Amino acid sequence: MTLKTEQYVINIGPQHPSTHGVFRFRLTLDGEVITDVEPIFGYLHRGMEKIAEGRNYTKNIPLTDRLDYLSSMINNHAYCMAVENLMGVKVPERAEYIRVIMSELQRIASHLAGIGFFLNDIGAFMTPLLYMFREREKIVELFDMVCGQRLNYNYMRFGGVSMDLPRDFLPALNKLLGQLPGYVDEYDKLISTNEIALVRAKGVGILPRELAINASAAGPVLRGSGVRWDLRKDQPYSIYERFEFDIPTGETGDTYDRYIVRLEEIRQSVRILKQAVSQLPEGETLAKVSKLVRPPAGSETYAAVEGPKGELGFFVASDGTENPYRWHVRAPSLINLTVIREMLLGWKVADLMAIFGSIDIVMGEVDR
Amino acid sequence: MDWLHFAVFTVIIFIFVISGVLFFIWYERRGLGRFQIRPGPNRAGPFGLLQPVADAVKVLLKEDIVPALADKPVHFLAPLIAFVPALAVFAVIPFGDGALLANLNIGILYIMSVSSIVVIGIFMAGWSSSNKYSLLGAMRTIAQEVSYEIPLVLSILGAVMLAGSLSLNDIVKAQNVPFILLQPLGFLIYMTAAMAEINRTPFDLLEADSEIIAGFQTEYSGMKFGLFYLTEYAETLSVSAIASTLFLGGWAGPLLPGFVWLLIKIVAVFTFIMWVRATFPRLRIDQVMAFGWKFLLPLAMLNLVLTAILVLTGLNDKVWLAVPLNFALAFILIIGASRQFRTGGGHVIV
Repeated sequence: MTLKTEQYVINIGPQHPSTHGVFRFRLTLDGEVITDVEPIFGYLHRGMEKIAEGRNYTKNIPLTDRLDYLSSMINNHAYCMAVENLMGVKVPERAEYIRVIMSELQRIASHLAGIGFFLNDIGAFMTPLLYMFREREKIVELFDMVCGQRLNYNYMRFGGVSMDLPRDFLPALNKLLGQLPGYVDEYDKLISTNEIALVRAKGVGILPRELAINASAAGPVLRGSGVRWDLRKDQPYSIYERFEFDIPTGETGDTYDRYIVRLEEIRQSVRILKQAVSQLPEGETLAKVSKLVRPPAGSETYAAVEGPKGELGFFVASDGTENPYRWHVRAPSLINLTVIREMLLGWKVADLMAIFGSIDIVMGEVDR
Repeated sequence: MDWLHFAVFTVIIFIFVISGVLFFIWYERRGLGRFQIRPGPNRAGPFGLLQPVADAVKVLLKEDIVPALADKPVHFLAPLIAFVPALAVFAVIPFGDGALLANLNIGILYIMSVSSIVVIGIFMAGWSSSNKYSLLGAMRTIAQEVSYEIPLVLSILGAVMLAGSLSLNDIVKAQNVPFILLQPLGFLIYMTAAMAEINRTPFDLLEADSEIIAGFQTEYSGMKFGLFYLTEYAETLSVSAIASTLFLGGWAGPLLPGFVWLLIKIVAVFTFIMWVRATFPRLRIDQVMAFGWKFLLPLAMLNLVLTAILVLTGLNDKVWLAVPLNFALAFILIIGASRQFRTGGGHVIV
């Protein structure tokens, strides 16, 4: 005998502990099973791209900090690269190394927050999150040391970085690099062998390889589905071709794979950081660039970096004035979100949080 | 002088539960602070000891909000119906030999029947709130709490068989060695099922803050919410007390007075529950159900059969033989059952 059941609609968000900002799911449920999903965003829309087109190139650097506020340094890096392309500026060697160091530290910090919030979403009552914030705090302190900020750094400039590393920075960084692998192993032991975390993550929210590619997903979401694609290796920018590191990939594309890829990427970032610190040359940290940037009229560029959430790109077009004619961001969080419906159908309400958390989005970047 | 006995014990129990709950709230917040490498509350009073008092004052002063479309009488009654049984359970918990409100010869049966009323209160709260999160929480309540009653009762029966009595006072007296040594599997099953019953992590699906906001208590504010909060901790207190009485020897212990031993054991059990809460993520509802029905229930039944065999053959009186045998059996059964148990994928084709 089959019971007659009735479907009902429930809103998760816009304000909800697990929507990582203001995001809304309009779910149709049969009991606890998700039969339809309508993702609705735009609750944080600030018209950032339009605002950027009304400000000059330099004043737009702080705007990039506010896109993905968990990876401000990498946003800075991508935007500065785009404008340097337009202007034909050569960045000094030391500045390139400092940028890589900052980007990789930022990647670790972002992944720590990503994994921590993911575990929080599946009900781990803050403990793993607070452990990860212990290390994130150390990274934030390093950033505080170089630029006096703790969240929106605004450290990079066209042609380099705003100031050289302070004297205490490298010893503190080396100390952290010594500790980090041990901490990562600790998380690995705590989570990767935890039976409950495994049944909540393994086989849940599978994103097949083809779908991931077709949706142009990027970052750990794409690599979790088994696609070995990382801009640092496949389209090397900055000085990434000088470093040795591996690209971790998952097998099935489930929630667990996305988590484990992030964890492994932290280890790889530590490898890159160790090499960058040992190779760090002396010299200038900022090339000579005129205060008022005016790229040639009609020039346009797209510069992309491998952000913690995937390919982060800036398209900038110039009409010869001091303001960009068009300023567009390829935000990985938004593009990774486009497959959320396919990943959620047929799973339960509780899985929504696990799957959504494993995509690791920041709404500042989704609703520009 | 029966009335004097009842009056005195009612007051004692009330003070014990309220002060126990306040202590647990403080202890858990401080303890979780330690687990989570942060200080925890430490501003209100020495070591933050006045924190629960501050919490209570705050809850009392909060506005009582009732949703416009709520079923108002049911919404009002729900916290009371949940709280009173959580308190009533303590009528049969012995604080010392004969030091209990009522030495019922069906003590265990009384506990099981009274404590199961809490489910009705929680379901009433979820159903009457006119909120879909609450409804989901209420549906989960019925599924989860009713299911876990069965392994819970079966796990307790092992201790009952060993003692040959349903009275908690007699069960404590029967423990020449604490029953946890003769019933390790029963104790584990009891703790697991009881944690599901009282809605503690990893079975806290009824409120599941990261999923359904606060589940059945989403629409409760002020003292009505406070009553649910009290219920939750009073239930935790009762579960710890029952575990201490049935498996850890209750008031029995050398040197110190009986009730001190009982308190020490209660705090020890609660510390274990808190440790689990600080460490584990939450299961999904179908996984919880599968775990209850496919893993705990068969194990509890096997434990019952094995205990019956041990009691019938008289092996239980030979402690030196029974203890290692019970631990070996528990180990083999758990390993064997976990090999058979699969939670399944949980995906539904839509």
